Amino acid sequence: MDRPGLKYSSKLVESGLCEDGAPLFGIMEDGITWSGSIQEQHIPEEALNTLNFGSILFAQTAEPFRSIIELLAEEAQSSIAPDDSETRTFLHEIPVINSFTPGEIITALKRRKGAIIPGRGIIAAGPVTPEQAFVTFSSICFSCYIKFFSDYYYHTRGVKKLPDRAEKIASHALSEYGSALQKINAFPSAKGPFSSDKEVYAAITEAGRLTVSSGMVDSFFGNVSALFNDCIYITQTGASLDELEGCIDCCPLDNSSTCAITSSSEYSAHRALYNLTNRRTVLHGHPRFSVIMSLLCDRHECSNRGRCHTACKEDRLINDIPIVPGEIGTGPRGLVQTMPAAMKGRGVIVHGHGLFTAGACDFTDAFTSLVDIERMCFEEYCKLVQF
Amino acid sequence: MPINFGRTGRVLLIDATERSVSAIETGSNAAAFFIGGRGMAGNFLRPFAHLPFDSPQMPLIFMTGPLTGTGTPCSEILSVMSKSPLTRTVFPFSAGGTFGSELKKAGWDGIILTGKSLTPCGIIIEDRAINFGQNHFTPEMNVSQRLACFSTGAAAVTGPAAEHGVLFSSISFSGDTQQGRGGLGLVMETKNIRYIHVRGSGTVSVYDREKLAAAGEDILRLVSASPVLAGERGFSRYGTGALFDLVNSRRMLPCLNFRKTCYDGTDPLNACAYDRSYGTVSHGCAGCDIHCGRKLADGRPVPEYNAMAHLSALTGNSSIERTLLTSAMCAEKGMDPVSAASTIACYMEISGKSPDECDIVGLIEDIALSRNEGALLKSGSLRYAAAASKPGLSMSVKGLELPAFDPRGAYGTALSYAVSTRGGCYSDACAISHEILRKPVATDRFTFSRKPRMIRLTEDARSAVDSLSVCGNIFFAASLEEYARALCAVTGTETTGHDLMLAGERINYNERIMNYLCGFTSADDDLPARFFTDPGTPGAGISIPPIDRNRFLEARSIYYRIRGLSPEGLPLEKKSLELGLSWTDPD
Repeated sequence: MDRPGLKYSSKLVESGLCEDGAPLFGIMEDGITWSGSIQEQHIPEEALNTLNFGSILFAQTAEPFRSIIELLAEEAQSSIAPDDSETRTFLHEIPVINSFTPGEIITALKRRKGAIIPGRGIIAAGPVTPEQAFVTFSSICFSCYIKFFSDYYYHTRGVKKLPDRAEKIASHALSEYGSALQKINAFPSAKGPFSSDKEVYAAITEAGRLTVSSGMVDSFFGNVSALFNDCIYITQTGASLDELEGCIDCCPLDNSSTCAITSSSEYSAHRALYNLTNRRTVLHGHPRFSVIMSLLCDRHECSNRGRCHTACKEDRLINDIPIVPGEIGTGPRGLVQTMPAAMKGRGVIVHGHGLFTAGACDFTDAFTSLVDIERMCFEEYCKLVQF
Repeated sequence: MPINFGRTGRVLLIDATERSVSAIETGSNAAAFFIGGRGMAGNFLRPFAHLPFDSPQMPLIFMTGPLTGTGTPCSEILSVMSKSPLTRTVFPFSAGGTFGSELKKAGWDGIILTGKSLTPCGIIIEDRAINFGQNHFTPEMNVSQRLACFSTGAAAVTGPAAEHGVLFSSISFSGDTQQGRGGLGLVMETKNIRYIHVRGSGTVSVYDREKLAAAGEDILRLVSASPVLAGERGFSRYGTGALFDLVNSRRMLPCLNFRKTCYDGTDPLNACAYDRSYGTVSHGCAGCDIHCGRKLADGRPVPEYNAMAHLSALTGNSSIERTLLTSAMCAEKGMDPVSAASTIACYMEISGKSPDECDIVGLIEDIALSRNEGALLKSGSLRYAAAASKPGLSMSVKGLELPAFDPRGAYGTALSYAVSTRGGCYSDACAISHEILRKPVATDRFTFSRKPRMIRLTEDARSAVDSLSVCGNIFFAASLEEYARALCAVTGTETTGHDLMLAGERINYNERIMNYLCGFTSADDDLPARFFTDPGTPGAGISIPPIDRNRFLEARSIYYRIRGLSPEGLPLEKKSLELGLSWTDPD
């Protein structure tokens, strides 16, 4: 049997969220099995025993997340509530624990999926599987990153005051991220138009893997689809984009089957996009600065302030890229109502959520747009904060 | 504890023998311990659990939850509980419709019905005024005609099947198109109570409406993000029948009494076929934000998934018109279509009759009216198969016929069927959620590894959900984390998701104690032998081998340990006391 949580520990390290050896997974089945040991192991152990979850993850984050999270935790009273859709939809808020004690951890995890322990890291619960703990951990890192750079923008505008060290943290993080963006040099090799469903599956799998390896997603999530032979081939809900084998649904457009019940929550948006345009592929990721830029708005007196994600009426653009409101999935406030119609050019950013791009016949242009738009957003952000 | 928020603090006790009524004041401790709904019903049922289902002292309990009538999303569910004539276990089931909110508005958290009226009659509840009413139903009246007798408020009625002693007859409710399982309609019939009509003019107090609205918004945001519920191919668009294609593609759709696990006929039987052939529109319970039901353009209800699959694939019926007809007949006669179809499938296998040789429509009617072969089949597949000396051909656990997910295709589901307190039921642990629908995360459906803990945790969560009076389907999207916030807003009492899980554990354990008092042991926590010996239908790169019995037994042993049961699957005094439950040794 593999070391508990090994797969997710590796993912945390590979994605730069943790240093090698930092993640500690506890898996409860007929007793607790730990992936490693720490000096005060009895603390997470007591928490896991009391809470009776299937698993728990405790780890210190790597830089720049560590400094970012420490700063936000210092600013927070008892919890952090970033504005991104990930937090709003799934995390709701991120509790901040004052001390590394079983009591505080238990209190926080009774209410929420994960918590920040200043000076120690993040602790996250996986009630059913370790994957849940991993996703929560990763989402907390992403949400805090987004919040920090959103706050930092307002700090440079004199609207918000962050501690002095914020500039140094931002500077290091921006340098590191800029350098990572420059290094992206792998692009899809599968060329369209596709001639078989086998080619479609392979192309989607490759696009998903590249989206992850280039850092264009958080928690490995996003969605990818292609239109082929009157079917939409789309990644399944909750599928990790770097592991798509067996996780792609074929959804006939003639409404003859409901197999797409397990497809991505954005299936409707992809389908609407194909209906409205002549595109053949769609990529959706959560690149950090596309999300951050979508959150920045200087209209502080706007009556929709605080409800921008659904109520923004402005025609917002970052150069040629529109920013639209919309929540995850369907419904009157869902991004299905806004994103597809806005897809006139390279891509569309959904407020606080992520970036959609579309390709003419394969993933080359869709993926290139994903990376290019993120690079552009990063550059625009750097200009705004004079970095 | 502000008992007046979310709860009335009063339960109506009706003695049908004496034709007397009284009120039981429920304290805040009981509310905190058992939440409401299923939990509170189990609390009231416990002292009587050892009695036969038809004992006049056996209570039939209707219980709302703290969220009933508050406007919390999907929270209009009513828990009904008694001892099942079919399984002889304690049996809770959830009913939709408006009965629960009317009852709460009338000033009652629930009804405990005991005794036996000398003659058939009804009960009329109008706020605090309780009266016994005349039975104005004729034996020929179907359920819809009976419900139509009540133009105001809400009603619970039994149908002709209960009057003919069908062990899986149901209680039907205003505004609910589904028939409950377990045969509680027969319990109501043994009390000679044909209907309960309730009208309430009050309101349900909520501690903080603003916080409740915020909690509701969080829940509905998750619904919108759920492909299962709100997706283009999900329940809101196609009803729960949307599961048909997925389950069939996973090669775990039970066909011909579970002899095959894939429907490969040329006539489409899926939800899309109903849509294309007839045109369907959305339909849902009162207060529902999912609308998992469908109706045809002509008003007939489309069967929910388990009825849709069992009344077609399981019985070898390849006509959706015939499926509609049989489903409607079950509804009109007031009986569970899942048990009815499974019993017919068992009959077909034992008698050696092919689907073409069986008039399934006639058989359903015969069962409801207890005539011809129906007189044998009305007692369910286990009793029928046992009488034919072939008990192994009843595809049931503890006598409850299995739903439309073949256990060979999902091992967590297999384990959950075996250990459910009410018999072969998937909804207690809803392992299909992670094994098939990828929520909250996808798990490997062909392994028992880590499933015992998953089953135990989801059973606890579901017990809490049923006790809050929330629809189980919402948990394909939201969790107790979100509903704990809603509960706080309603009652004004700080509650966490973990608190609800603890209460759920207590509620589930209490039911196990009751089953123990009725004589159930690990021998009853088992699957039909077919699933350990025969493979399912392979294809599309998927093989469905028989379940490895040793691994199943090992997983069951782990489950027992994790649940705090003895190696024989029996509840323990120490654990019972730890959970704050009283302990009773069986006689």
